[in-house]
Amino acid sequence: MTGRYTLRNLVAAALLLALALLPVYVALAQAPFLLTLFTRILILAMAAVSLNLILGFGGMMSFGHAAYIGIGGYAVGMLAHEGVYSGFVQWPVALAASALFALVIGALSLRTRGVYFIMITLAFAQMAYYMVSGIARYGGDDGLTIYKRSQFFEPLNLSNKVQFYYVCLALLFGSIYLVWRIVNSRFGLVIQGARSNETRMRAIGFATYSYKLTCFVIAGMMCGLAGALLANHTDFVSPAMMYWTRSGDLIIMVVLGGMGSVIGPVFGAVALLVLEEALSGITEYWQIILGPLLLLVVLFARGGIDGLIAGIGAKARPKVRS
Amino acid sequence: MTLLIEQCLNGLQFGLLLFLLAAGLTLVFGIMDLVNLAHGSLYMVGAYFAATFAAFTGSFVFGAVLALVATLLVGMAVEVVVMRRLYGRDHLDHVLGTFGLILFFDEAVRLIWGPEGLSLPLPSWLLTSVPILPGVTYSAYRLAIIVVTLAVAVFLYVLVMRTRIGMLIRAGASNREMVGALGVNIKLLFTLVFGLGAALAGLAGLMQAPILTVQIGMGENILILAFVITVIGGIGSIRGALVAAIFVGFIDTLGRAFFPDLLRLVLSTDAASTAAPALSSMLIYLLMALVLIVKPEGLFPAGGK
Repeated sequence: MTGRYTLRNLVAAALLLALALLPVYVALAQAPFLLTLFTRILILAMAAVSLNLILGFGGMMSFGHAAYIGIGGYAVGMLAHEGVYSGFVQWPVALAASALFALVIGALSLRTRGVYFIMITLAFAQMAYYMVSGIARYGGDDGLTIYKRSQFFEPLNLSNKVQFYYVCLALLFGSIYLVWRIVNSRFGLVIQGARSNETRMRAIGFATYSYKLTCFVIAGMMCGLAGALLANHTDFVSPAMMYWTRSGDLIIMVVLGGMGSVIGPVFGAVALLVLEEALSGITEYWQIILGPLLLLVVLFARGGIDGLIAGIGAKARPKVRS
Repeated sequence: MTLLIEQCLNGLQFGLLLFLLAAGLTLVFGIMDLVNLAHGSLYMVGAYFAATFAAFTGSFVFGAVLALVATLLVGMAVEVVVMRRLYGRDHLDHVLGTFGLILFFDEAVRLIWGPEGLSLPLPSWLLTSVPILPGVTYSAYRLAIIVVTLAVAVFLYVLVMRTRIGMLIRAGASNREMVGALGVNIKLLFTLVFGLGAALAGLAGLMQAPILTVQIGMGENILILAFVITVIGGIGSIRGALVAAIFVGFIDTLGRAFFPDLLRLVLSTDAASTAAPALSSMLIYLLMALVLIVKPEGLFPAGGK
């Protein structure tokens, strides 16, 4: 916390630099599967960054965040199915649809708190899941194949894997920057104040409900964009992409990486997805290892990876009394 | 008319079955303040145990009783190994920790019983239909489910409200330290309560098993319904869980049975038959949204918390 060159900042910078240089390594090592894996990681990291805004900073335990991935994805899928390929239409529609959904369920869910909030967001996300499963025109349960990725202006071609990777990376950096700006703004301070003591914030005169709702909608839109990216990445959308276990995965990324740290969810996403990849290489039954591992993180490593690194950094330097 | 009666009974039966799950969830939440996502896993484990033991002993009833005891033991083991460490933690920790448990249980079941589902055949005496009204017959098995779940509901009420153990449970819910200081083994009590919740989930699982197949992930969808029920009924309230469960059971069953026909009046047959199941699934969530708009704490808010 004391300076710019803490271990934590260095590790974060190293990670971001490594992500930026990955396509070079992929080209040199002839390992194209790595590019696919890491594109997926970037997209899910972006979703986790958005969840962290409401979960880590706002204290809103949403268990339905995957719904926006689905909504953003289906916005792209449905428009493509209707012959609208322009990204300038698809992506704004994805953003608008997620914003609208977040506005409606946020307005209802934020009336409740605690466990009720967890469960009501979960239930709304499931509702969206069933809604999508029921639309026969767009594939229903079976999902919808996207034959053409979002079209933008000439040199930019999302079907090119390296270009697409950098688009995802740029948007991830953009979201991290956005969250960082929000958290350090007056708006962000109100949100964090409401997390630690909402009654007090209201007593000072802040209408915390509308602040929280705004924050909820912003997070939903960011995640909706991640959904639009994921649809382009897999060239396929299905209700499964918004199943509730996906929301669980996003929460895991946030907590594993370190809640309430701007960069934490990126650590979490990289760690979880690489771990999954590695474990599934060892055994077919890899979840039997992952499950208890998660439990151990919950029980013994509350600060997540970010907290761990910050802890090591703090031990390494002489203690300064503030 | 016959169809309507039959579907109403099906709704009641499904609602009461959901009550078993919701009661366990709400009991554990109301008393230990613990959000247990792995409740659905215990439901699944109960069904797998029942299918295995029934095949082993050759008797449905024996298998069911053994499965019930086994699920109770699994529940108590889970409490001692994991849950005990989660009390007093943040709800987010509960969600994550028990999510980890779901992964573990799903994979463990796949490892032990394989990826294909099992089936639990009914004995012939439950396969018949019994007359319930002049001219109306109903499946004996579903009727048996209704009777068993009603008996369990009465048992729960008596246990919690009329016995010494129930008194200790209620006391433990309102002030854990004080009950402990008075010399009650509160740890053991909580283990028993969690085991009871697990057994209820297992009972629901094993009774549903002959109707559906026993498969991995069977607990997940029904778990979310159980959550919706606890939210509608008010978390921590068993009475609320009963009322909400019957409501949800009716809406779900009747929605599935009659909604497609209603939709066919306004939509083409094709569109109606695909949209109807989704829309009737959504009805329940709409009901929940409605309840929460009017009463954010559920229909029967549990006092105190």
